[in-house]
Amino acid sequence: MAVVTFQIWRGDRAAGGFKEYRTEVSEGMVVLDAVHQIQAASANDMAVRWNCKAGKCGSCSAEVNGNPRLMCMTRMNEIPTDQPVTIEPMKAFPLMKDLVTDVSWNFEVKKKIKKFKPRPPDAADGTWRIQQQDVERVQEFRKCIECYLCQDVCHVLREHHLHDEFIGPRFFVYSAALEMHPLDTEDRLADLRHKEGIGYCNITKCCTNVCPEGITITDNAIIPLKERVVDRFYDPVQKLFRIFSG
Amino acid sequence: MAEYQKFEHDVLIVGAGGAGLRAAIEARDAGVSVGLVCKSLLGKAHTVMAEGGMAAALGNVDDRDNWRVHFADTMRGGQYLNNCRMAELHAKEAPDRARELEAWGALFDRTADGRILQRNFGGHKYPRLAHVGDRTGLEMIRTLQDYTIHLGVDVHMETTVIELLKDGERVVGAVAFDRESGDFKVFHAKTVVIATGGIGKAFRVTSNSWECTGDGHALAYRAGAALIDMEFVQFHPTGMVWPLSVAGILVTEGVRGEGGILRNSEGRRFMFDDIPDLYKHQTADTEEEGWRYVTGDKNARRPPELLTRDHVARCIVREVKEGRGSPHGGVFLDIAWIKEKIPKAAEHIKKKLPSMYHQFKQLADLDITEQPMEVGPTTHYVMGGVKVDADTQMTDVPGLFAAGECAAGLHGANRLGGNSLSDLVVFGKRAGEYAAAYAKDHDAGTLHEDRISEVLREALAPFERHSKANPFEIQQELRTMMQENVGIVRKEAEMTEAIERIHVLRRQAANVGVTGGRAYNPGWHTAIDLHNMLTFTESIALSALERKESRGAHSRIDYPDKDSHLGKVNMTIRQGPGGKAQLSRAPIREVPAELQRIIEEMQ
Repeated sequence: MAVVTFQIWRGDRAAGGFKEYRTEVSEGMVVLDAVHQIQAASANDMAVRWNCKAGKCGSCSAEVNGNPRLMCMTRMNEIPTDQPVTIEPMKAFPLMKDLVTDVSWNFEVKKKIKKFKPRPPDAADGTWRIQQQDVERVQEFRKCIECYLCQDVCHVLREHHLHDEFIGPRFFVYSAALEMHPLDTEDRLADLRHKEGIGYCNITKCCTNVCPEGITITDNAIIPLKERVVDRFYDPVQKLFRIFSG
Repeated sequence: MAEYQKFEHDVLIVGAGGAGLRAAIEARDAGVSVGLVCKSLLGKAHTVMAEGGMAAALGNVDDRDNWRVHFADTMRGGQYLNNCRMAELHAKEAPDRARELEAWGALFDRTADGRILQRNFGGHKYPRLAHVGDRTGLEMIRTLQDYTIHLGVDVHMETTVIELLKDGERVVGAVAFDRESGDFKVFHAKTVVIATGGIGKAFRVTSNSWECTGDGHALAYRAGAALIDMEFVQFHPTGMVWPLSVAGILVTEGVRGEGGILRNSEGRRFMFDDIPDLYKHQTADTEEEGWRYVTGDKNARRPPELLTRDHVARCIVREVKEGRGSPHGGVFLDIAWIKEKIPKAAEHIKKKLPSMYHQFKQLADLDITEQPMEVGPTTHYVMGGVKVDADTQMTDVPGLFAAGECAAGLHGANRLGGNSLSDLVVFGKRAGEYAAAYAKDHDAGTLHEDRISEVLREALAPFERHSKANPFEIQQELRTMMQENVGIVRKEAEMTEAIERIHVLRRQAANVGVTGGRAYNPGWHTAIDLHNMLTFTESIALSALERKESRGAHSRIDYPDKDSHLGKVNMTIRQGPGGKAQLSRAPIREVPAELQRIIEEMQ
């Protein structure tokens, strides 16, 4: 047992700042445990969004010592505790209260992406035949728990606030899952280029580095989508073909 | 009176896990307007945590499987207390619900010929669970969520329902608050579907998230519905036991389905020591036969690690109690041993059980491909819940429906793993269908303003109190008490004490105070959850006290055997005059001859 000092951001859109708390940390504790301990003992009204506390739901995203993390999967023994541990809300979204941000923009973005459209069934009983290797590529993207840490860390959203022109890494992963889905027949490339701003991504891989699910966002999702967009819109042969085929 | 915003829907669905989402899809397809309320953000509900798979007799891996075998397995697992009509519908309809998920974009693991792969699980005779590694729940909820968002369903995220509203006998809406802003919402609806999930948060050690505070159980009960089988709380045999702060987090049964074995501190596979009569001729005689089963030999019988959850949990408790446990009070679950049997075992484990690998590596510094895990029972699921009509999912209260974990009947005294995800979609669909039909046949009832203002006043009362009992402390006390007094192994004196303590805690909770404002205030949220938890925990204790036998998940030291008379009744609790809980015994649904024949054939 050791007593650790925390600097936790408290406040709302109008005003706020770091407030200091101290709590005992025992073996195996994660940051969310410490936050809960503080909340139950001396800050009943401290807002923190969480749910499963097992790294499966992606609710408890925050910035721990400046790093975007799931609080439930960040063990106290991974971070230095000889100085105060800072915990603050994600920066890419409007603050709601304390550690909670308004992530509703993400839900609106998702609705605008063209939905899954399967090819007709392969078998008479209405089912499909898909090989495991074709499933696996997409399963990586479908591991996403929608914690939005990748959105939080993406400079296009975080620093440049291009929320109206750019959908962010989460939704490139989502689009990749649909585009590479073995059954899908929809075409999302024009939207990716014109409405969803895939060109803004300059593949700094910040999103890949923070993904708690270990999804290789940049290499496996964004770059292949960029390649498809380039092939479609910038390939001279394709361009000629489009002109002549009307 | 406090202000509120009013919303009108034909069907209001409370809860957006698998059952709520599936109900929303079906109701919307029927052409009615749908409101969907959830306590968390969309897609975060507890369904997301389901790991092992969804049971459906597709027969893709073993063509001997069909609905009749699945039905018989479900009834045997539930010790024949199940509602047989629900078990029949579930077994018959689960395959269509699985195929439908695929048509909506779910990508299950595949067989060599490209169909949906199925895995072994406790109590299922054949490999039956459609799955995606060990994150099947995530695949299911995301598929349903992404389908629903294009249907024009009004989603109210981070909204908690505090009370149902009635017009005479009929439910006509609900009062809720927006967790983010603290503002009140009143829903005027022709029907309400409760799909609020479980109650695990009433126990100290649980695999459940904070949301599982039995809201739907309590809301329906207060509205006049009956709760049945509340004594049957499933303690999943394998939860993490160390480190303490993560104790209770689930370790999927899929580990055992893939060949994981349980050992005590002496290295003995203790599950071979006690095999119940009901399962004797379905269980392997030797370790070698068990291994052949998990690797697909159709002539082998399943290893005893894959006996039903109630039994495995009790065996673990026995080993620990008799001094053969692991250092932190569990037993050892070993999947690493399969490297003796197959090449590239570490890769195989990481591929089949990626979340488990990740979870232990990150939270316990343990590599499951090298070392055994320490596991012990964790509160996981409640078989009991709101009594519903098997076909329509309507409760005893007109206009009120329930589906998923908060509804009762399908699982009887013990649920088989994998039968929950299928339950959600089979009965979620039915609830949505029949709620929509009811809404089409009925006008909107009348909302009574005086009742609304009463509910709002009570909800705000904690802000007004000067003596500030801490809601977190009371909740913690309740959870510790339930764990100790109404846990895995029960006896009369402890449960009698539990009921008294619940009454004391209720008086304390009536005095609970909250600080701060209404916007995103966890203290206030906890105070409101507490009200529900103190309602249904009493039902658990009362039903458990009354069932003087051991059956399925309900295990009594003072009555260790089954009682054939009690095997014919469901404990039923209703709110009586003056708000007092009234218990009665209701005869179980009679099994028609044709279903009885199936049960006997499959012995």
